[in-house]
Amino acid sequence: MKSFFNYIAEIFSGIWTLLTGMKITAKYFFTPWRNVTQQYPENRDTLVMYERFRGEVIMPHNENNEHKCTGCGLCENACPNGSIEIISKSIVNEEGKKKRIIDQHIYHLGMCTFCNLCVRACPSDAIVMGQKFEHAHWDRSTFTKVLNQPGSKIMEGIKE
Amino acid sequence: MAFEKYDFTPITQSIHQGLIENVSPLLTTIIEWTIIGVLYLLFIAVFGLFLVYAERKVCAAFQQRLGPMRVGPWGIIQTIADFIKLLMKELITPKSVDKFLYNLAPFIVIIVPFLTISVIPFAPGLQSLDFDIGVFFVTAVSSVGVIGVLLAGWASNNKYSLIGGMRSGAQIVSYELSVGMSLITMVILAGTMQVSEIVELQRGGWFLFKGHLPALIAFTIFVIAGTAETNRGPFDLAEAESELTAGFHTEYSGIKFAFFFLAEYINLFIVSAMATIVFLGGWMPFHFGDWAAFNNVMDFIPGLVWFFLKVFGIIFLIMWFKWTFPRLRIDQILTLEWKYLLPINLFNILLMATMVLLGWHW
Repeated sequence: MKSFFNYIAEIFSGIWTLLTGMKITAKYFFTPWRNVTQQYPENRDTLVMYERFRGEVIMPHNENNEHKCTGCGLCENACPNGSIEIISKSIVNEEGKKKRIIDQHIYHLGMCTFCNLCVRACPSDAIVMGQKFEHAHWDRSTFTKVLNQPGSKIMEGIKE
Repeated sequence: MAFEKYDFTPITQSIHQGLIENVSPLLTTIIEWTIIGVLYLLFIAVFGLFLVYAERKVCAAFQQRLGPMRVGPWGIIQTIADFIKLLMKELITPKSVDKFLYNLAPFIVIIVPFLTISVIPFAPGLQSLDFDIGVFFVTAVSSVGVIGVLLAGWASNNKYSLIGGMRSGAQIVSYELSVGMSLITMVILAGTMQVSEIVELQRGGWFLFKGHLPALIAFTIFVIAGTAETNRGPFDLAEAESELTAGFHTEYSGIKFAFFFLAEYINLFIVSAMATIVFLGGWMPFHFGDWAAFNNVMDFIPGLVWFFLKVFGIIFLIMWFKWTFPRLRIDQILTLEWKYLLPINLFNILLMATMVLLGWHW
C-alpha cells in the first residue's frame, strides 16, 4: 500500500517539476526584451557590450599620459601563450637610486586567447580588458601593440 | 437544410452542382478529387513551411534569442529559402543501401499526414472524408508512419540509422497505445467515432469541460503521447542529434530529407488538430454558460479561425515541451509509457465509463 501511495506521489511530484521547468521557459518566452541576440552590423552605432566582455587588453592612461604599470612582468609570466612581452629599462631617479621602469609593454593581439589571466595577475590594475572587438585587419603587424603610450610615465603613488 | 454562419457546405455544393450539370459524373468525381488533392498539397506545403518558421522563432524566444532575422523582414522567407535549397540538392543514394526500401521509406512517411488530414474538419462543411469510424481511422493510419521510419533506419545500412529506427519503433508501438486509449476515453463520452458528430456534440461545451476530471487526464495523456508519436522532443531519441547524428534520416538528402522533415511538422499539426477536435470542440466557438452577449460575440468569429486558434495553442504547448524538457533515455521512455501512462489510462477509461453510466457529466 505504501508503494502505491509513493507511486501516486511520484506522479504528482513529476508533474510539479515539469511545470516548474515550463514556468522558467515561459518567463523567457514572454520577456522578449531580455533577448541577448544583437543585430550586429545594423546596430553597430548603438551597440553596448557587456561589462564582462573581453575584447582586447588595454592599458588605461589618465589625462597626464600616466599609467599604473610598474613593469614588474607578472602579466608576462601569467600569460599562458606568451602574448605579452615586457621590455623594461633602468633609470636613475631623483634620489640617485637605480630604478627599473617599463619601456615597452608589447601585446600580441593575434596570439591572445582573452583568458583574462594577465589582468588578474596585475598587482597595480594597470591593464584591463577593453570592449573593442572589431580587430580584423589586412596586415598582421597591426596585431602587435605597444600598450604604454609614447612618452607616458607611471602614476604617482603606485607601489613598486 | 439549415446552414449555420460561416458554413462551407453551400460553396462545396455549388461547385459540385456546377460540375455535375456540365460534365459526366465520372469526370466530376475526378475533378473534385483533383481539387481536394491540390488543396491539401498546397495546405501541407505552406503550413509545413510556416510551422518550421514558427518553431524556429518559438525556440529562439524560449532561449532568449531572435531566431532567423536575415532573409526577409523578421526572416519570414527563411524557410522558403531553405526549401529551395533542399529541392536543388543532389539526391544521394549511398552504395550499400537497400535501394528499393531506401527510396520507398520517405514516401511511406509522407503518405501518413496526407491520409490522416482527410478526416479533419477545418470548419463547418470543410472536411473531405466524414465517415463513422473517423477517430479509429486516424489512430490506424497514423501508425503506418513508423513503418517508414523503421524502413529508413533499416535500409540505410548505417548503425546510427538502425538504432534510431529501432528506438522509434519501440517508442511508437508503446505510445500508440496511449493515444488510442485516451481517444477511446473520449469516444465513450461522445458515444460516436464520427469526427463531425464529435464536434457537433460539443456545441453545448467542449469535452474537456463536459467530461471534467477524466477528460482532463485523457487530454494530458493525449498531449504527452501525441508528442511522443510525432517523434518530437523530449521524445526525439529516434533522431537524437547529439548521439545518433540524425537517427533514421542520417543518410537522406535533398527532397527525401525534406519529406521526413515535412512529415514531422504535419504530424504535429495532425496531433494538435485531433486534440482540438476531441477535447477542445473543433471549430466550435467558446461559450460560457448562459452569457448570451459573450456567446454572441464568440459566435461572430468564424469556425475556421477558432479551429486554427486552438490548433496553434496545442502546437505552442508541444513546442514549449520540446524546448523545455531534456531528452528521455530509451528505458525512461518505456517506463513512462508502460508503468505510468498505461495504468493511469486504463483506470481513466474505467472512471469515464462509470461517469457516463451514472450521468456525472454535463
